Amino acid sequence: MTALLEVEGLVKHFVAERSLFGRALAHVRAVDGVSFSLEAGKTLALVGESGCGKSTVSRLVLRLIEPDAGTVRFDGRDLLALDADDLRAFRREAQIIFQDPYGSLNPRMTVGQILTEPLALHDLVPAARRRERVEELLRLVGLEPRLARRYPHEFSGGQRQRIAIARALAVEPKLIICDEPVSALDVSIRSQILNLLRELQDRLGLAYIFVSHDLAVVKHIADRVAVMNLGCIVEEADADALFAQPRHPYSRALLSAIPLPQPHAKRARVMLEGEIPSALNPPAGCRFHTRCPFVVDRCRTEVPELLADAAGHATACHRVGELPSADAILPAAGGFTPALAKLVAAFSRKTEGAGQAGVGIQSATPTTT
Amino acid sequence: MSVSPLIEIRDLRIRFHGDDGRITHAVDSVDLSVANGATLGLVGESGCGKSVTSLAIMGLLPKQSAEISGAIRFDGLDLLRTPDQTLRDLRGNRLAMIFQEPMTSLNPSFTIGDQIIETILRHRGGSRRSARERAVELLRRVHIPSPERRIDEYPHKLSGGMRQRVMIAMALACDPQLLIADEPTTALDVTLQAQILELMRELKAASGAAIILITHDLGVVAEVCDEVAVMYAGEIVERAPVDELFSAPQHPYTVGLLGSIPRLDHHTEQLATIEGMVPNMAQPPAGCRFAARCPFVLDACTRAPPPLVEVTPSHLSRCIRAPLERLVS
Repeated sequence: MTALLEVEGLVKHFVAERSLFGRALAHVRAVDGVSFSLEAGKTLALVGESGCGKSTVSRLVLRLIEPDAGTVRFDGRDLLALDADDLRAFRREAQIIFQDPYGSLNPRMTVGQILTEPLALHDLVPAARRRERVEELLRLVGLEPRLARRYPHEFSGGQRQRIAIARALAVEPKLIICDEPVSALDVSIRSQILNLLRELQDRLGLAYIFVSHDLAVVKHIADRVAVMNLGCIVEEADADALFAQPRHPYSRALLSAIPLPQPHAKRARVMLEGEIPSALNPPAGCRFHTRCPFVVDRCRTEVPELLADAAGHATACHRVGELPSADAILPAAGGFTPALAKLVAAFSRKTEGAGQAGVGIQSATPTTT
Repeated sequence: MSVSPLIEIRDLRIRFHGDDGRITHAVDSVDLSVANGATLGLVGESGCGKSVTSLAIMGLLPKQSAEISGAIRFDGLDLLRTPDQTLRDLRGNRLAMIFQEPMTSLNPSFTIGDQIIETILRHRGGSRRSARERAVELLRRVHIPSPERRIDEYPHKLSGGMRQRVMIAMALACDPQLLIADEPTTALDVTLQAQILELMRELKAASGAAIILITHDLGVVAEVCDEVAVMYAGEIVERAPVDELFSAPQHPYTVGLLGSIPRLDHHTEQLATIEGMVPNMAQPPAGCRFAARCPFVLDACTRAPPPLVEVTPSHLSRCIRAPLERLVS
């Protein structure tokens, strides 16, 4: 099966400082040689801390910003060779939803107008049928069609994220980039949106690039995971393999840093000392060496290559074969007591039975938060 | 625990009077207490009243619009009936608070040293030189590298994690007895979050201060809290020691919360969701405030507000169907 998206050697440096005459003095090396591929209908998660370049990669893939080097192939076409018309046509096939549903919807447009705009722009649906399609889209994301007349401020955060998803779906894309889509939402709303994204993927065969810093969310939704540090991918593997056997010291540190909802959970911590180095002046050699507990001299001078094993688990670390087993840092299988598991199941079963209860209940007054 | 608690909140009610005459019931009949050396987690989603409760303790709610009743007893004083001057002496001294956003809580036009030294001089007096020494010492305690140099830097020069550590250093300046931390790690990356949580644990062990930790992250709660109070729509719906809350929650809302978080420690195909919306707190429902979203609702739930009752001596729940195990056995 050929990949839907193939990214090869992507580089993006932003100018951070210019001289009086406009000559670039310093560059932020936001993305420095990133390659990956994504199959249709699958989810690739890009994971890392703030400033690691994960959001920049997602924008480069859509050509919202132009890369300095590298290639992006979508469905066999070279995206960087597209002219303006072709690029617009491409946007029908790849969409993006952002973290902040408050900032990404035009407050002066009704939800109906917001959802009609892409239909009209790409001339997808004849004008007479557009209202019908808007209603269909709203139902698809679990909102009542009559809400099309409302403005974004009349909705809660979770509902606004549903509207943003409906807008992305309007053009029937093959790929949706989800840039921290649930980070701004409360936990109970977060699970609704995650469930919705998965359901839509199953139903419509969507591929997702899921950008997130939350590994628990990523474990839940991703098929494949790429861990990024300072503009480079340090580890890439199938989600199951990565969470069962993380190899790169940075992936292990990230994984062990997540607080578990399990009091007195027994596991070792990989505490990282020091600050995240600046992408303005990334460390020589392995970019993780300043914080790595396993650093040796070679790491300070020689850049490790991202090498994959037979199973497709790739790691960029000189010492990958010599590191201790990751078992100690992995969360012990915890989860619910049998009684609690039954209770949670009963809770879900009953709410599912109630269908989309409450979605349309909200009146014109926004919730007080 | 027969020791008298450091802070005890009794029947706290807070109503906000809006400009348009609307009254919002932000907090209703909240009872809480924290003993010396203990950490209480205050959990809930946006708008549940957890931050408002903490601001009431600190005496930071606007007097014009907030109507507060009940009692907040701190070491023998009723904070709600304490004159402003005394409150000012307490704040930053025996009561300290850490906010979520370190950039907006630090003054951008003063160095971090100035801001810590100001706190020390205000409450402890002494010479500027000795206050500066103490400030350097504090920065070292929160693991700021080369504190002698950093102390003269402005907040914008520091990273998010460093700023949060400066906030903590400032809160600790006068060895507070009670530290309120409002989402102290929410804005931080996970590796920094782990550092800050470790730091809070260290400090608690060293100073024996009581901590109220406000958060929506159940993972953080499990790691640092001894006891947990879950808030929903202005009320405490469940209160329990941390182990019990995670192993045998007794309020449907807590069950929903626990079921809705994706977990690293086991695999869930479908996450639980809590359908519906938080009730409008201008007109809170007559019965249980969670009834409209609760899958286990009975007619009786909507008729009268349920009391907070003991399921076991240390475990309180505001649900007439508790103990919930009965529902699935």
